[in-house]
Parts: sequence; structure tokens; C-alpha cells
Amino acid sequence: MPTLFDKLFDAHKVVDLGGGTALVAIDRVMLHERTGAAALNSLATAGRSIVNPAHVFAVMDHIVDTVPGRGDATRMPGGSAFITETRAAAHKAGITLFDVTDRDQGITHVISPELGIVLPGLTLVAPDSHTCTQGAVGALAWGIGSSEAEHAMATGTLRVQRPKTMRIRVSGRLREGVTAKDLALHIIAAHGAAGGAGHAVEYAGEGVSALPMEARFTLCNMATEFGAFTALIAPDDETFRYLKGRRFAPADWASALAAWQNLHSDPDAHFNADIIIDGTAVRPMVSWGTSPAQSLPIDAEVPGDEAGARARAYMGLIAGQPLQGLPIDAAFIGSCTNSRLSDLQRVAAIVKGRHVAPGVQAIIVPGSMGVKRAAEAEGLDRIFTNAGFEWRESGCSMCFFAGGESFGPGERVVSSTNRNFESRQGPGTRTHIASPETVAASAIAGCIADPGRYTEPQTDA
Amino acid sequence: MPEPLVRFTAVAAPLLVDNIDTDVIIPSREIKTTGKIGLAQGLFANWRYLPGTRNPNPDFILNQPGFETAQVLLTGANVGCGSSREHAAWALAEWGIRAVVAPSFNPIFFGNCVRNGIAPVQLPAARIATLTNPVTLDLEALTLNGHTFTLAEEARQMLLEGLDPIALTLKHADCIAAWQTADRVARPWAWLPG
Repeated sequence: MPTLFDKLFDAHKVVDLGGGTALVAIDRVMLHERTGAAALNSLATAGRSIVNPAHVFAVMDHIVDTVPGRGDATRMPGGSAFITETRAAAHKAGITLFDVTDRDQGITHVISPELGIVLPGLTLVAPDSHTCTQGAVGALAWGIGSSEAEHAMATGTLRVQRPKTMRIRVSGRLREGVTAKDLALHIIAAHGAAGGAGHAVEYAGEGVSALPMEARFTLCNMATEFGAFTALIAPDDETFRYLKGRRFAPADWASALAAWQNLHSDPDAHFNADIIIDGTAVRPMVSWGTSPAQSLPIDAEVPGDEAGARARAYMGLIAGQPLQGLPIDAAFIGSCTNSRLSDLQRVAAIVKGRHVAPGVQAIIVPGSMGVKRAAEAEGLDRIFTNAGFEWRESGCSMCFFAGGESFGPGERVVSSTNRNFESRQGPGTRTHIASPETVAASAIAGCIADPGRYTEPQTDA
Repeated sequence: MPEPLVRFTAVAAPLLVDNIDTDVIIPSREIKTTGKIGLAQGLFANWRYLPGTRNPNPDFILNQPGFETAQVLLTGANVGCGSSREHAAWALAEWGIRAVVAPSFNPIFFGNCVRNGIAPVQLPAARIATLTNPVTLDLEALTLNGHTFTLAEEARQMLLEGLDPIALTLKHADCIAAWQTADRVARPWAWLPG
């Protein structure tokens, strides 16, 4: 009996190409300005057109500045060419563009669900590894390269080597104060940065179905850090509630809802691999090294294993050093992993009435302009700025260093992002990834800190 | 389209580190072009140059005598993890790399290699550690220095013949059109006006 992945894959199979490869129909393509111009221009140069421009979207998120008053000019040297060329190519191709000043601009994987571009049962691809985020609604969504994006636009299909299937069942709900980010890091730390290699992963079990929709995006987001082809969560009432009424959601909602009822793995479905995680045993996590797999519970000490020597040297750590209490230079909250309204609400609960520690640079970047408006309507922006955080426009921002803003060599940053790679946030910058709560608590404490320290509410100053 | 890749003998450079991510292969700040060329100078920039300079880091393998013109890269597991940036494959190809040999590959990087004429060769770490230079890759026989490896037939054909996958797929244009016509009826909710 089929898994959810099997149902989605088989429903989109146009031609069996043999050798385990199939031509798979692609329902939506999303582009961003980092590679959008390259893909669109390369297609045009080859004299090829887009099969269905109504199903292709582009957004400015990777290179666009997140400082207030931004325009086409960027702090990244030469960055504006990516914006202007993607804009010109998008207009020429007749696709929908969420431009720099668009009210719906934001990070690809934040705005796609927010606008109902991704839906249960669809296939969606983007030249961005975190496209797996969108599998959280029960879509088959995965990251590709630019050449494959051209292929998807020109043919309405992709040639896909069918991956194997893996189920990760999270038995038991996460404990109070433990988040989907901690769960993702827990899984990657336990099974490795290639633990999901060759597999489409379905997250299931009580610990997953109890997660609100935005937390499900966080969980699926880091499937690429697990090496997986993609991640999926079967859609349920929580999913449908979240998507109903969104800008690109189906007008005939009842028919769509009826079509989505079968989007789950059958009870006796066979998975090539099955992993069980005790959700109640997950604790707040923080990375210590330069791979997301090098993560530990926050009260742990830096390990002394031989394989970690290079990472310890880069991170300026010695074996046996406690992670808690490591002084930090900066705190960053944002990215396609953790920049949605509920993330910001939980951060606000911690930082309200408190203040960022002296000398710590603290930045919050909402995932979309929609998230920004919603946060401001609740007064979260004032809580953040009163606490000493910068409050930005939406975008990928300092999740990676593109040549513009950086935290600086040797600086230690706690970040709600997804990658603690060497030099990811700037040459020589030392990144510890964690939940937004842990980042917020660390910003207040001035060192890596357990968010449990700040659960007592304070009145805003 | 890339040149067909059938068999060649070349120097292999060992960079036996696990989880070499695409930020390491080409840092984001080195992607200064909206196109696909001119990226080789940014290849491994954080490792290849001394910090804050463009001076070669003498400790980095591709700067060492005999390896400056290596056409094969030997790496640790999970190579190409992280960002989907095809610039990693474009930079490697432009620099002259024609095969990456690793115990395991990130799936997006794997696909990007194939589409840019770089053979992804999967061999156990213990076997990679014993390879001696020069190495001979044979994509018809699927061997590297006599060690057999597996590669999906689709990927092998793409590399062997330097095929354009879009042209290949457009041979199925009628099937695709028929699928779409039927799908508009079966899943009207999936189709946006336009």
C-alpha cells in the first residue's frame, strides 16, 4: 500500500523513463533573484519559452537589503544587478514577481504557504535547497539547481530519480519550551547530516501532528540539512485551516478539500526506512561545530572526538567546555527556518521588559512583509526595539554572507538559521544555530543561554 | 551543453573532509555574476586563499605542486551539502574538474554535477583513501582505477553523450500536453488562471 510520497509521485508521473527515473509533472516553480535571472535568461537565449507562466513565481529575497528604506541598491557589492536583471527577465517572461517593494515580498518558503502558492497534493520546485520546507503542507516540494529550474519551466516536468521513502515517527509531544527547531537538530544530531540521504522523509506521529502549522515548516525546513530528497507531512485540519482564504488558494475550496482527503500514507504503507524518535526526550539544542549534525542539548559540553577537531578549531572551542555561558557577539533571528509570526511571538514573550546584553548586536528579520505587518499590529516591533533589537524589512538577510553585511571574523553568533557552516555568515564568523527562543535568551544573557531562564513574564519598560 | 565524458586519465586531488558544503565550494560573496561564467576564481575561496587576501594558501591541496591542474576531486562523505547553488558545479567545471569522487553526495549537488559534465563517482571512503595518481575514469565500464561504481543509467547517458535534458524531455511533448489536458479536468483546483 502506498505512502504519501508514493501517492504524490505516482499522481504526477507523466512518463516512466526506465532505470527508476520518471518524468514528473511540476505544478509550481518559484525563483529568487540569486539565480532567477540566470535561469530565465538562459532559457530565453536557448529560444525556449515557459510552458505555463501562471504557475511560475519569482521573489526578491536573497540579495535584497533588509534595512529600512531599501531599494534596488544593496550593501552587497554588485547586488543590484541581480535584482534589476531578475525583474527584467520576470517581466519579459510574464511570470508573477514579488518585487522589492511588494506588500507580499518575503522569503520564498515563507510567502509561498502564506499566499497559498503551495498547496497539498501539488509538486513545487525552486532552485533553493530549503524548498523542502513547503512539504509541510503535504506537497511534494524539493530543491533543485538552476538548470533543472529551466527544465521545469520549459517542459512543465522534471526527470526525477525516484528516491526511497523514510518515515520519522515522533512518539509523544515535545515538552513545554522545546520547539520544532530543537526536534530538527535532535534528529540530525542523532542520525547525521546525510542521515536522510536518498530518501523522501515523512514526519509523522503524535509529536508531529500536535505541531502548529508554522512549526511544521521549521521541522521540514531542515530536511535538507539531513541530506534528504525532501520532507513531507500529511495535511490535516490544521493545514487546511492555515491555507484557507490565502491569495492563491483554490476558489472552489470544497472541491480542493475533497481532493486532499486521501493525502496520507495508508496504514500498512511500506517505508524503506523507519525511525522512531521519543518526542518527550527532546531538549533545547544548540550547535557547537560547523555542521548541523554537530548539535547537542544546551547543557552539554563541547565533545572531544577526533573527528570534531577541525570544527573545534574553527569555532574557537576546546573539548569539555560548557556550551551554556559561551559569550556571544551577536544574535540573529530570521531565515526560512524561524521567522514566522509564531516564532516572533515566542521571542517577544522572552525579551519583553528585558534588554539585550551590552555589546551584543541583536537583529530580528521577519520572514515576509505580511509577517512584519502582523507583528507590528500586535506591537511586537516595539517590544523588540525596546529590548535593543534591530527590527528589519523581510528577506534572507544575514543567514548567509553575500558580500554585504557580516558579523566579522571570529565573532560568535547565535542564530535561528539553518546552517552553521564555516564562514556562512561571514568570513571566519562562528555560528551556533538554535531555536528563536534560545537566540533571544542568549541575546539577553550575553552568552549562550537556556530560554528556560526567562520564562517569568516581565512588563515592558 | 557539456562535452561528452567517456574516459580520461588525470590527477586526483585529495580533499578528504566530510560535509564539504557548497558555501565552501563557492562562498556566496564570490557569486558576483548573474550568469554562469567567471566563477572559477571564487572556487574554494575561503580555503584556497589566505584570509582577507587573494594570495594562495600553500596548505590547500589545489595550490600544491602537481595538483594545480587536477581534474578529479576526492572528498569525504556528503559532499555538496547545503545550498542548491549550481554555481558550485559551474565553478568546479570552469576550473577543470571533471569528476568528484566521494562516499556520498548531496542529491541537488549530484544533479548539478551531472548537468555540467562532472561525473559524480560514489566509492567507499576506504577505497578512496587507497587511490593512487593518476586516476583513470571510465564511464562506459563504470570504473575508477579498476574499482567499479554505480551510477543511475539516466545520469550515465547524460554524461557519456553530453545530452541536453530539455531537448530529451521535449521528445515527450505530446505525452506532457495530454497529461496536462487530463489534469485540468481531474484537478481544476491545481490550475491558476492565466
